[in-house]
Amino acid sequence: MSAFVSLATAMVKGFVRDREAVFFSVFFPLMFLVLFGGVFADQGQSKIDMIQVGDVALLEEMPAPARAAFDDAFEVTTTDDADSALSELRKGDVTLVVEQRGDEIVVRYSEADQVEAAVAKGTLQSFVQTANVMATGMPAKYQVKSDRVEDASLQTIQFVTPGLLGWAIATSATFGAAVTLVGWRSTKLLRRIRLAPVSTTSVVGARIGVTLLIALGQMAIFLGLAMVVFGLRLTGFWWMAVPLLVTGTLAFMALGLLAGSVFKTVEAASALANIFVLPMAFLSGSFFSLDDAPRWLDVVSHLLPLRYLNDGMLDVMVRGQGPGAVVLPMAVLLGFALVVVLISSRFFKWDDD
Amino acid sequence: MGDVICANNLAKSYGSLRAVDDVSFSVRSGEFFGILGPNGAGKTTTLEILEGRRPADAGEATLLGTPSWPRNPSLLRRIGVQLQASSFFERLTAREQIRTFAALYDVPASTADEWLGRVGLEDKADSRTDKLSGGQKQRLSIACSLVHDPELVFLDEPTGSLDPQARRNLWDLLSSLNDNGRTVVLTTHHMEEAEALCDRVAIMDHGKILELDSPAALVRGLDAPVRMSVARDAITASEAAAIEGVDEVEELPDAVRLSTRSPATVLTALARRHALDGLQVQGATLEDVFLTLTGREYRA
Repeated sequence: MSAFVSLATAMVKGFVRDREAVFFSVFFPLMFLVLFGGVFADQGQSKIDMIQVGDVALLEEMPAPARAAFDDAFEVTTTDDADSALSELRKGDVTLVVEQRGDEIVVRYSEADQVEAAVAKGTLQSFVQTANVMATGMPAKYQVKSDRVEDASLQTIQFVTPGLLGWAIATSATFGAAVTLVGWRSTKLLRRIRLAPVSTTSVVGARIGVTLLIALGQMAIFLGLAMVVFGLRLTGFWWMAVPLLVTGTLAFMALGLLAGSVFKTVEAASALANIFVLPMAFLSGSFFSLDDAPRWLDVVSHLLPLRYLNDGMLDVMVRGQGPGAVVLPMAVLLGFALVVVLISSRFFKWDDD
Repeated sequence: MGDVICANNLAKSYGSLRAVDDVSFSVRSGEFFGILGPNGAGKTTTLEILEGRRPADAGEATLLGTPSWPRNPSLLRRIGVQLQASSFFERLTAREQIRTFAALYDVPASTADEWLGRVGLEDKADSRTDKLSGGQKQRLSIACSLVHDPELVFLDEPTGSLDPQARRNLWDLLSSLNDNGRTVVLTTHHMEEAEALCDRVAIMDHGKILELDSPAALVRGLDAPVRMSVARDAITASEAAAIEGVDEVEELPDAVRLSTRSPATVLTALARRHALDGLQVQGATLEDVFLTLTGREYRA
């Protein structure tokens, strides 16, 4: 027990004092979280830019609730200079230029961005129709009541947090295992420990324990920042992500063990770990949602352990699914770990020579 | 006390290279035993087999009455092994290193701290090991291998990478290691180190033990001449050649050098002539032994 504790303590100190490792396993992924969660969060919710030339009675006489809804959709600037408004439209700075001539609402748009122009025209049209209905003094016969299926707070941060956390854990578990193994073997520390009356279980157990501790620390920092700063809202069984994360860590440590068993230098082992982890992060939806991914990508990504870790975390952390959602991912990750450890054992050596 | 190490007909090949070729010897309790030879002589492989780091192809090694292979934790408690000066945990201080190693043997931290003092590293206790000098790292590394007070300790080229000054500084520490009856086995490729430290030395080359005895006996066994030199104005070359027992005389720019196999007689004769100015006496060394055994210059 004292061997286990002292080895684990030595490893924790070694990690905490390694600024590079701390940066790449904690702060680097956090930077992506800030980037995705903060900078890209407002995309798709931006208002339509519109210039109003002169007086437009339709807008000015709109009742307050309708006007509020209108202001949610449009960012209106008012001017009397029709020429400069059109020139801004041509430059693409605004989407619509609106002017009223009698009862005619003249809308000018640019074909440069047809989709945006169509959306803008359609939205404006609906406000005009509403005004027309009101002008008749009759109640509208049909009403559209819309309600979206997701939680109202479903924002970018909800989707990026689990995926980026999965990537962060995959990286630190793989590199931690690979670099420790290669480093300890090349300095003969591995052999030196082997020449002490210490069981292999204590050594491996200490390494696993420390990596799990680091992974849980990453999770706490990630979720803490995402919740406090970016308004992440976790759903009911989010804590099922903890056992899932444990199996994910084991799977990626196994991958690091393989890299460290096959290669003799820290550089080669970390290059191999990179080749495993980075493309896997892209293919497994750590950086973008795979909901609209082509079929082949979906199939390929289901061959990768990170996909299961990411999906499981998404399900319990933000999609509101029950504990059952992590059973399959955990089974796949444990199976992966087992197979990779068996392969690694064919290459594993205590010494370099 | 009996033999602490028994090596019987050890052999180990790597491909066509016979790294260890039918090696047998025993080490007595409390002895300071050296394995001396140039790089590639088979010293390290012999040590690896003794320590139980790898199995021999043939033959067997017993330590303290127990076979060293397969790995045996209760035997490992009784032996200490120093591999190389960089076998440390990353980014720990000297104190943290030795305490970690101590814990591997269930030895309390206080004992570990005492060892830091014994190897003169108290004032470096809070320095990270990568900030220590080569000699300091070696001291720490040796302390880490002794922290559980083993009966038998193996040191693999403990002074290998050190400059001559640091090497000599380490000899004081090394020579004290078997003071309280501990057995020490050390490999080295430095002749003078083996001469200075070891009770007995096995000279190895090409995987075989060529000779095994105390350094003094090895040199005596050579029947090599003793060389003496005196200042040129103390005696002339022809006078020197006339002294009984002198085999050879050589005139150097500032000295006359005599070779003799009866140094006592020659020294007496020189003293009678008051010709001892600038006297230097040089006996044969292990280097001469190696030269005689292999017919070639020693290359470290």
